[in-house]
Amino acid sequence: MSNAVAAPKKGGFLAGTANYLDERVGVAGILKEFGRKVFPDHWSFMLGEVALYSFLVLLLSGTFLTFFFQPSMEPVIYNGVYGPLKGAEMSIAYASTLDISFEVRGGLLMRQVHHWSALLFVAAAGLHMLRVFFTGAFRKPREINWVVGFVLFVLGMAGGFTGYSLPDDLLSGNGLRIIDGMIKGLPVIGAYTSSLLFGGEFPGEAIVARLYGLHILLVPALILVFIVIHLFMVVIHKHTHYSGPGRKDTNVVGYPLMPVYVAKAGGFFFIVFGVIMLIAATFTINPVWNYGGYDPSPVSAGTQPDWYIGWLDGALRLAPTGIEVHSGGVTWAWNILLPMIVGVGFLVVVAAYPFIEAWVTGDKREHHVLDRPRNAPTRTAIGAAGVTFYAVLWAGAGTDLIATNFKMSLNQVLTSMQILLFVAPVLAYIITKRTCLSLQRKDRSIALHGRETGRIVRLPHGEYIEVHEPLDEFEQWKLVDFKDYQPTLARPNAAGKITLRARLRAGLSRFYFEDRIAPVTQTEIEDAHHHGDHSAIENKDSH
Amino acid sequence: MAFKKNRRSPLAAIIVMAAGLALTGGGYAAATAAVDAVKPVSAAYTAEQVTEGKKLFLANCASCHGKNAEGTKAAPSLIGVGAAAVEFQVDSGRMPGQASGPQLQVKKKQFTDEQVDALVAYASTLGDGPAVPTEEMIAANGNATRGGELFRINCAMCHNAVGAGGALTEGKYAPALKGVPADHIYEAMLTGPQNMPVFNDANLTPQDKKDIITYLKFVEENPSAGGYELANLGPVVEGLFTWVFILGFIIAITIWLGAKSN
Repeated sequence: MSNAVAAPKKGGFLAGTANYLDERVGVAGILKEFGRKVFPDHWSFMLGEVALYSFLVLLLSGTFLTFFFQPSMEPVIYNGVYGPLKGAEMSIAYASTLDISFEVRGGLLMRQVHHWSALLFVAAAGLHMLRVFFTGAFRKPREINWVVGFVLFVLGMAGGFTGYSLPDDLLSGNGLRIIDGMIKGLPVIGAYTSSLLFGGEFPGEAIVARLYGLHILLVPALILVFIVIHLFMVVIHKHTHYSGPGRKDTNVVGYPLMPVYVAKAGGFFFIVFGVIMLIAATFTINPVWNYGGYDPSPVSAGTQPDWYIGWLDGALRLAPTGIEVHSGGVTWAWNILLPMIVGVGFLVVVAAYPFIEAWVTGDKREHHVLDRPRNAPTRTAIGAAGVTFYAVLWAGAGTDLIATNFKMSLNQVLTSMQILLFVAPVLAYIITKRTCLSLQRKDRSIALHGRETGRIVRLPHGEYIEVHEPLDEFEQWKLVDFKDYQPTLARPNAAGKITLRARLRAGLSRFYFEDRIAPVTQTEIEDAHHHGDHSAIENKDSH
Repeated sequence: MAFKKNRRSPLAAIIVMAAGLALTGGGYAAATAAVDAVKPVSAAYTAEQVTEGKKLFLANCASCHGKNAEGTKAAPSLIGVGAAAVEFQVDSGRMPGQASGPQLQVKKKQFTDEQVDALVAYASTLGDGPAVPTEEMIAANGNATRGGELFRINCAMCHNAVGAGGALTEGKYAPALKGVPADHIYEAMLTGPQNMPVFNDANLTPQDKKDIITYLKFVEENPSAGGYELANLGPVVEGLFTWVFILGFIIAITIWLGAKSN
């Protein structure tokens, strides 16, 4: 082996193996195709990787947990080592979770690894989505991959929720009760659906085993399939890159997969794994032994879902009460339906955003160079508004903790959040858009006049000027290389009519591109340079 | 005439009514006595303590509670609240109250232990009420499993499953129970201070209360097996921790990895 590595001579072990594999499965072709894939270097391109690696950690730790977890709701008397539950009646599911925590060697560590990596998985995926959104990486040809990624995010939430409910402790049972309430809030089909899901009246004896099936089989299988599709599309589309000299829509500038990125990504996997292990070994997560077995009567204060479901819990908490309507023998529980509509509506807008923007711009070009967020002010502002909307709902799930920890009135916190839910996104939109436009103006002025040096020079005739230092071409490129759009007009169709659709599109186009800072053109740069020279040398004449 | 012979005495109705009233009233009194199971505790305190307590009361409490503890518009009567209530409020530093608000805040205790005892002694002379529990009643040697179950059923909806505290309406809150002495926990259950309901001895027997204390003390004294607890506040803190520290740490690493080598 060692001599093969040192000098792979003909017939050596490595060459022999490579030849064997190539003749049978064509690895040379595969390596040639994949090994030479080029990936650009940027920290923000690694967020999706973090999600992927957390998922691998989830698979590994989850497999370990299935060896010991028993998804049964049969009652047993606990007789394990945890004192304050000894002799208590509980489900087998909860008892086996306690056994994993206290009696299985490494069990508690694995439970904590699993739970922390679940939180990290969804968080990294969410952050990755934000990166893709704010840099416009969802534009043609990647719209479908955005939807695939969106499905992965929703599947991550589903995987998390089904797992959260498995230990059958008081906290997770309370969470399930809320889901049950939401399902029952659906008019007409609610009660039937709940009965179908729980196998009778809540909590029944079936739900843990059913969620277990979803959690360890269906959801992870779907996540895997979608990850494969997601990565396959990355290979097809090639990776995007940030604007810079030599970086175009027709190329990718970076390092090849083999050997640079295989080594980098492999190392990064172990770093992510290591961070998760470190956190799991030092910080408690979901101390199920504190909550006791599920019993439908008690509800603990501070009952919250895991963070990724928090925004939906917040929507429920912020919904106004007393808005139920009785009609046609059906109760329309709007305090439950409204948050559900808001939640689903928000998700639909997120999923559909690339198509909406593509329709408004009418842009059919392929985009492989990413936008700087400031260069797409309206999109960035819409994103900021969306993030703010989500964040207010999210914070809504923590209203009780905000009230106690900051010594405020719970009612006032709730009312403030209800107001913020409408006001904050608008403010975020305006502030972000103005900030983007200002940054663009600043870029424009730097591109045209160079950087301010802070050096003040007095000219012979007494005028003071600040010396501006021109940018080098590499930096200049970053500031001027972006596409911009102009508002389109509503045009009549073949029949000579301006349709409502055309009007809507023109209206949206105006909304998007009315306020725009045009990119600096080459002529402008030349003019500016000329002007600069001119003013320095023949100042008197020019004014 | 047989009819007339059997006619009841005119006093019969009154006698029956009196008997009925005596029966229900006496029964109620007996039942109440059984429920409260409180003895006047005057025996436990000396006359000097009571005198000293009255002085302290007049100097520190009477402006709101009235010179004879009869109550004013600003504060309730203390007649019959019992020694337990006074010890809870004064010993925990809630009373004398500093400012009016949704709820009295815990602050530094204003009296020495002797002065608290004196105030308690005085309070016990104001009328029958729940007495201060004995050492044995609050010793954490009951059944923690039972205590945990009772705690989750009766207390967790406000105080959280591990006693981390929780929000109530309009700025009121159920305080965290970590670090609260056992006698205060017992007295709070017995007397229902502020927004807390009263859990009298028919509702939670002294044994139940002892079990609850046993459970709370177990949780307090045994740190989490899983490592640092993040204040036991549940998923909100776990989510914040994930976003700020884990993701923050990993982003720092990605920036390091993505940095251009010089």
